[in-house]
Amino acid sequence: MKRIFSLFTLILLSSTAIWAQTKVSGKVLDQKKQPIPGVNVFIKDTYDGVSTDVDGNYSFAAADTGDVILVFSFIGFDKIEKKVHLGSKDFSFSPTMKEALNELKVVTISAGTIEASDEKKTTVLKPLDIVTTAGAQGDIVGALKTLPGAQQIGESEGLFVRGGEGSETKTIIDGMVVNKPFFSSAPDIASRGRFSPFLFKGTVFSTGGYSAQYGQGMSSVLALETQDLPDRTSSTLAISSVGLGGGYNKLWKEKNASAGFDLNYANLLPYFKTVKQTPEYTRAPQFSGGSVNFRKKTSSSGMLKFYAYVNLSDLGIKTLSIDSTNGFKNLFELNNSDVYTNLTYKERLGEKLLLNIGASYSTNVDNIKTWTDSIRSQSDMTQGRIVLSRGIGKLSIIRIGGEYQYTFDEFKLDGAKNGYNYHIKNAIYDNYSAEFVEADIYITPKLVWRAGARGEYTTLEKEYVISPRTSVALKLGDKSQISLAYGQFYQKPDRDYMFYPQVPGYNKATHYIANIQRVDDLHTLRAEVYYKKYDNLTNALDSTNNGFGYAQGLDIFWRDKKTIEGVDYWISYTYLETKRKYQAYPKEVTPPFAAKHTASLVFKKFFEKLNLSTGFTYTYASGRPYYNPNNPEFMSDKTIDYHALGINGAYLRQIKNCFAVLAFSVTNVIGNDQIFGYRYSYDGKQSAAVTPPAKRFFFVGVFLSFGQNRSKEVIDNNN
Amino acid sequence: MKKILSLLALLSVTVFAFSQNPKYISAMEKNVAALDTTRDGLKLQALANNFERITSAEKTEWLPCYYAAYCYVNMTYSTKGDAIDTYCDKADKFIHVADSISPNNSEIYTLRAQIASARISVNPMSRGQKYGTMSGEFREKAKELDKTNPRPYYLEGTAYFYTPPMFGGGKDKAKPVFEKAATMYEAFKPASSIAPNWGKNSTQYFIKECDKK
Repeated sequence: MKRIFSLFTLILLSSTAIWAQTKVSGKVLDQKKQPIPGVNVFIKDTYDGVSTDVDGNYSFAAADTGDVILVFSFIGFDKIEKKVHLGSKDFSFSPTMKEALNELKVVTISAGTIEASDEKKTTVLKPLDIVTTAGAQGDIVGALKTLPGAQQIGESEGLFVRGGEGSETKTIIDGMVVNKPFFSSAPDIASRGRFSPFLFKGTVFSTGGYSAQYGQGMSSVLALETQDLPDRTSSTLAISSVGLGGGYNKLWKEKNASAGFDLNYANLLPYFKTVKQTPEYTRAPQFSGGSVNFRKKTSSSGMLKFYAYVNLSDLGIKTLSIDSTNGFKNLFELNNSDVYTNLTYKERLGEKLLLNIGASYSTNVDNIKTWTDSIRSQSDMTQGRIVLSRGIGKLSIIRIGGEYQYTFDEFKLDGAKNGYNYHIKNAIYDNYSAEFVEADIYITPKLVWRAGARGEYTTLEKEYVISPRTSVALKLGDKSQISLAYGQFYQKPDRDYMFYPQVPGYNKATHYIANIQRVDDLHTLRAEVYYKKYDNLTNALDSTNNGFGYAQGLDIFWRDKKTIEGVDYWISYTYLETKRKYQAYPKEVTPPFAAKHTASLVFKKFFEKLNLSTGFTYTYASGRPYYNPNNPEFMSDKTIDYHALGINGAYLRQIKNCFAVLAFSVTNVIGNDQIFGYRYSYDGKQSAAVTPPAKRFFFVGVFLSFGQNRSKEVIDNNN
Repeated sequence: MKKILSLLALLSVTVFAFSQNPKYISAMEKNVAALDTTRDGLKLQALANNFERITSAEKTEWLPCYYAAYCYVNMTYSTKGDAIDTYCDKADKFIHVADSISPNNSEIYTLRAQIASARISVNPMSRGQKYGTMSGEFREKAKELDKTNPRPYYLEGTAYFYTPPMFGGGKDKAKPVFEKAATMYEAFKPASSIAPNWGKNSTQYFIKECDKK
């Protein structure tokens, strides 16, 4: 007992007693030889230490002598822990501190990639930007069309990127390909994307030179990443000029799982009764559908996500036949059903090893009726995917993966014309498999080299192809970087050609991209030049892939959130020069989906006092070529220039635990004539302009979100 | 049994003795006192450093971690953009250590609520919902853990104060909450000379601000 007490006194004494003291001093500099003020300098596990002054100098008396650890610690810099020996003499040490690596200081590959994310700081867009862009009408693709590289195509859906067709852009959700990302459409009327932008937390729009992880898109990839667990349980209700919708999403109390569903119904009949449409609708477009989702955090690093989507749509349209002079009208009735499911799981298998696996099934059936024909067209896709990523050192990473897709396509036509009945039935299936390896090698934090390759095989083509991809990026300063990319991209011929007795071979494009960008908190400037070579395109005349072409141009993007108070705007400009000889073209010409100049101005302003968010988008595209059979020079006619001014506004308000948004939007406010091309009669004597079904589209809607926030209830009860 | 009891008694004596380590108390008192008057960035950083050094020596005390986090969250108010996140990350690191030393501590949850709401200011449009909810939940937990703690009410008042009326906030809603906090501050006795005892003057300041048109 006595011994313990003496030990006890000793401890007490030791903590207050002053033993030998050594003066420790020095100056702390950063890598640019600038002093760092505020650095915490101390002897580890003791009270002894001090902060550096404005000039980076420090000096303190250390009570401990002998072997100690001298620590230098400051936010944003790598901590220094140095073993030193303190004797009776003064000790001096002046270290240089290295800036800690963070997202803003490490280079990322930017050539060909435009990203929207809340999690990453260097992105050009935020997910919210997609919803608040005027003229886009809440459609992901509509918003992406205001970015450089994309064309303003109004007669068919899809992203037409850098001289590529809509079918050259692949849409991917959580790594899994979406076979039918757009609603089925009537001829010459573009449809919207199927998926709500609110589903996704991240969007990567690649305009070329993309990663070996993806394939089968000769021009572009749109990779969408779904939301993780929601912040809270909530229900939503939407009432608009086109329909109703509602949903419920429950977050488990333990915050490790959520499940939800939504249902929606849209019918354009009331709207079409109010706003006259050019085509005669025998059945106004009608959509009914819903989705369910389930997300579960399986461990601190594991996440399981399931999403299923079902939609039925229906429309009927009558258009004046250009082949007849007596007012005969063609009929087109479309009934579509679509199912898409997606199951993914990711988990960390070790400190540096990450596993991503996924499976997806989708089926899409179009039933089309014309006066004479009845068509049934089905597309199914079943796929699986696995990717292993392993970190090497602090920043480098290597990814290895494979995917498999089974597709089934069937086309049935029953027709009767002039008392003669005909039947066509074709079915094809394809097994597509791909494997890839790719490494992001950080030579320094400011210089990264990506090298990858993708091998692909389809049983339809019976040919194994390997596409090399590589890119390099170099950070020039804190905010600027340059990036180069090269890659080869293969794609199966379009669906229609797969029914040919002899299936044309793979289509192939090669990309060369150079990019320079400067990004800070409030400004973004990007410029990109590219050259894309099409070596193999489908030649419909002899059912081969000996078509060819090229595209080259310049994309510029400028975004500014600062210069005008409360205003955020961006400008994009696209210069495109492209020609191709493919399908049934007699020679190499600029295709009808390519405008030489395209520009957009997107403007957003938030009136904080009024809780009103407003914006407009002005888009210009120079005239596009179209085919005029009366002109001996093939595809040499051009449409008038395209102008569109869209406006939108949203009034936001919180009432108790309900968050309400009243939104409106109008497309083509000024009412400019928009002509996407011309259709000619068989004899070439008559023609009709391809125009939007109505000059403008008006939209008004109320969106209510009820958050089941228990803390709110507590507050209300207390007051 | 006796032996165990005496051992227990001894143990409590030692724990008591250590926690009452005069060096610790005097170092803490000096720095805690300085908190009220320090607003300058570099001085606040130096204060944060002082607390960090104490955490390095006193690994079983939650207060040094708590105050280091408190300094970093206060530093966010004189900066903007990504730097806010950097400070909040640092504050979070300290508060998690504090939480592991002293779980279910009302003061710690109060500070976690404050860190979450500091993160909103990086981008209120896209972050309001996530971090607003998170902050609210921490605040409620803090209230639950200590019904006499006025600080979560003070924070709730500021949350209403800075939220526009159209989003369910406003001065009218903030004032009664501040007033409730003010009465609670009158009754509140800090556990020791170095226990958290901030927010009283600010509450009075905000009550005056609420009355301004």
